[in-house]
Amino acid sequence: MKQTIALTINGTRRSIETELGETLLEVLRRNGMKSVKLGCDTGDCGACAVLLDGSAVNACMVLAVAADGKDVDTVEGLEHDGRLHPMQQAMIDVGAVQCGFCTPGILMSGIDLLSRNPDPTEDEVREALAGNLCRCTGYVKQVDVILATARLQAGETDA
Amino acid sequence: MPDQTVPHFKVVGHSEPKVDAYALVTGKPVFVEDVDVDGSLHIAFLTSPHAHAQIIEIDTSRAEVLPGVALILTHENTPTRRYTTAGQGYPEPSPYDARMFDNTVRFVGDRVAAVAAETLEIAHAAVRLIDVQYETLPAVLSIDAALAVDAPVIHDEDDATGIHEAARNTVSVVKVDVGDIEAGFARSAAVVEIVCETQYAQHAPIEPHVVQGYLDNDGRLVLVSSTQVPFHARRIVSRVLDLPLYKVRVIKPRIGGGFGVKQEILLEDVVGLVTMRTGRPSLAVLSRPEEFFASRTRHPMRVRVKLGAGNDGVLRAVDMEVISNTGAYGSHALTVMSNVGSKTLPLYNKASDVRFDGKTVYTNMPVGGAYRGYGATQGYFALETAMDELAEDLAMDPVELRRRNHIRVGETSPIFEAIGEGKAGVEQMVKSCELEQCIDIGAERIGWDAKHGARRRDGSWVHGVGMSVHMQGSGIADVDMAAATIKMNDDGSFNLLIGATDLGTGSDTILGQIAAEVLGVPLAKIIVYSSDTDVTPFDTGAYASSTTYVSGNAVRIVAEQVRDQILEVASFMLDEEAARLRIGSERVASPMGESVTLEDVGLRALYATDQVQIGATASYVGAESPPPFLASFAEVAVDTETGQVKIIDYVAAADCGVPINPAAAEGQLEGAVANGIGYALTEEMLISDHGRVRNPTFFDYKIPAAPDLPRIRAILIDSYEPTGPMGAKSIAEIGINAPIPTIANAIYDAVGVRLRTTPFTPERVLDALEGIQQNG
Ligand code: FES
Ligand code: FES
Repeated sequence: MKQTIALTINGTRRSIETELGETLLEVLRRNGMKSVKLGCDTGDCGACAVLLDGSAVNACMVLAVAADGKDVDTVEGLEHDGRLHPMQQAMIDVGAVQCGFCTPGILMSGIDLLSRNPDPTEDEVREALAGNLCRCTGYVKQVDVILATARLQAGETDA
Repeated sequence: MPDQTVPHFKVVGHSEPKVDAYALVTGKPVFVEDVDVDGSLHIAFLTSPHAHAQIIEIDTSRAEVLPGVALILTHENTPTRRYTTAGQGYPEPSPYDARMFDNTVRFVGDRVAAVAAETLEIAHAAVRLIDVQYETLPAVLSIDAALAVDAPVIHDEDDATGIHEAARNTVSVVKVDVGDIEAGFARSAAVVEIVCETQYAQHAPIEPHVVQGYLDNDGRLVLVSSTQVPFHARRIVSRVLDLPLYKVRVIKPRIGGGFGVKQEILLEDVVGLVTMRTGRPSLAVLSRPEEFFASRTRHPMRVRVKLGAGNDGVLRAVDMEVISNTGAYGSHALTVMSNVGSKTLPLYNKASDVRFDGKTVYTNMPVGGAYRGYGATQGYFALETAMDELAEDLAMDPVELRRRNHIRVGETSPIFEAIGEGKAGVEQMVKSCELEQCIDIGAERIGWDAKHGARRRDGSWVHGVGMSVHMQGSGIADVDMAAATIKMNDDGSFNLLIGATDLGTGSDTILGQIAAEVLGVPLAKIIVYSSDTDVTPFDTGAYASSTTYVSGNAVRIVAEQVRDQILEVASFMLDEEAARLRIGSERVASPMGESVTLEDVGLRALYATDQVQIGATASYVGAESPPPFLASFAEVAVDTETGQVKIIDYVAAADCGVPINPAAAEGQLEGAVANGIGYALTEEMLISDHGRVRNPTFFDYKIPAAPDLPRIRAILIDSYEPTGPMGAKSIAEIGINAPIPTIANAIYDAVGVRLRTTPFTPERVLDALEGIQQNG
């Protein structure tokens, strides 16, 4: 059984046909959002994290129909006018990307955290990443990236 | 101190941004599964529910008629040639004991059938419609069961080759004797002997194994694979499918981590056969549970170590006995077991009497394979815990005991030559080693002198510190070969083509840096491409900590050849002898200060006079395998009420020669230590009485997340390895060996219990604590 839903993906409103039982992860990937990665399909790795109406969720655990009418943000939408989001740029500069398979999910969780808590402690950053597994980095540089982004954004708002 | 002759580098030694970082942070479709191939079939597997059984009958008729099913593969319609799934050099030192599909299944998860269908849902539905009649056979579910006199024989087929003694479930045996071990112990003032056991653990790359196959317009088979070993994958697929090698092309795009598990040919054969038979593209992806129960694991081992030392703490005798469990197939069985000795024993080269006795056995359990650390991880648990005990027996600081015994520059060990990988090893002299500094700095950073033996209490928590030291290698000497091609473009940029396989480690970047350094250009002017068996030159692949050293040397050599060609052309342009010209800052300059740009050289070479493609291909085989070194320190807190162990601080000080890209090298060390901490504390595949993996999910198999770890402090202590490219050695594997013994020793320092079985779960710690109370 097919059903049509409305999703605003990275600011563009789209009407999308979904199959019964399809997850948001499947729908997003089928519609070209390949940054949304499948690492487990059970909500345990965070590789599929996206922002749903501004909050990070694991797209593999959300039925597509449940996202009907909502805003979805993925890493594909972070770059504006050829400029990377500061957290993406920090990922590159700090050397926090190894295989990069977890990176989109980490970015979404990091952005979600800073939207709620613009000045997190290191422990708060680590807690916010609790659902994002990375097997390559040991998290050191990823945590630094989020802390550096918070400092940068604080500087921007002060100025 | 680093050698005075260490040159000053412009690109090497700097934390250049990774060449693939932009694509990765923007989520570009760079992984295998990100590129949709029109009309692709989806493949699902039926795996064995039994640890050991004979397939009596397999009826696929109900599945075949399901609409959307294109092809079903079983042992009845697939090639029967035996092979090894281990992606190693040829001939592989692993036995040919596997078949694509066999009529005997040997572990829960062994392949029974594969279905290719229009959608994955249909493929799964069809899998459920396949009726299989099994006759179950007695199963072997432990090392002891495998060694029992009347143990069921797991590989009784007569067409398997390369098994040491199939009738006794013994895959491989290595025995080495140097000096006189008994005399060595007799001369020792202190002797300790311990037995340690390690668990089943899985690599858990976040990207699972995935292969997309299709036929190109000329009918050749193309496999886009998340593989660490594209060239071995091509060779093995060609063998299994009996397809000429020239008809197979393997492409490795970006890979989402491997850690050894993608050194295994697990899907390429099936995808290849489906695509050949149907003429259609096909895709196979392992699910996370399959990744756990059906792919590869770290070989669980029982390791006995006996050490003898004089009152001065200097080791006289080292005896190591290893029994490794390879599960149902002998993938990497011999070589992982060999490395338990070859990567550990040379570290303590003062001992004149050394014995190594290793054996690998089959069981009806999940299959072992290559896993970062490759046996050294298991070996160092026993060796470095025994060293800690020896220190205590001698009333010596464990740090001091290591200082008195570790190998140094200008020294060798007979073990380098005695134990190789499937053949004899290679004699070598250590030419770079800053382990002493690593130990000093690590001890200082962790606060060793103040904390060791202090047993600081904080409620029910007690703090302790532990340490261990390590070495690994850089490639397999005399075996691993890497090649690189560079060609120059008309704007003075270069294409670097390498068979080396970046699986997330950053090797494309560091190999680009080496080329940029030699050619005097910024990294941006090196366009790095890896790896595609049609396009890039051969490389054995990403394993054995080989890429920086072996592939790096190939890149250095080819870059030097290309530089010389550039100087040759420039010498005509500047009317100056090539030998007097210097390359740098994208120019070639004469001693008189005249210069031409590389663009001028490129344009002239391609379009103007005596036209020629500036470019070359070069290869490198390591004559030796220079070890990186590591001193590892941890502070832990142990909850005496719950048995929980928390890592408070972790310092890993490593000598990897000159780090080509310090941030990338630190990242390797941090990631390896994190993986090792998981292996030490939480990660364990639990196997039921019937041989089934009980926890094949990330929910039940706990790999460390950010809040579980301290801020791991990776410290790089530069040395200069004269045989390495720009002085570099490897760094990828060594860090994973350290957490188990380091944490075990720290737990002892805190609460006085010795843990011999990994992982150190709260239950095990509590049991050990209760044990002391009872005895005390
Ligand atoms: S794929 Fe969604 S949490 Fe792992
Ligand atoms: S960078 Fe590889 S999983 Fe995080």
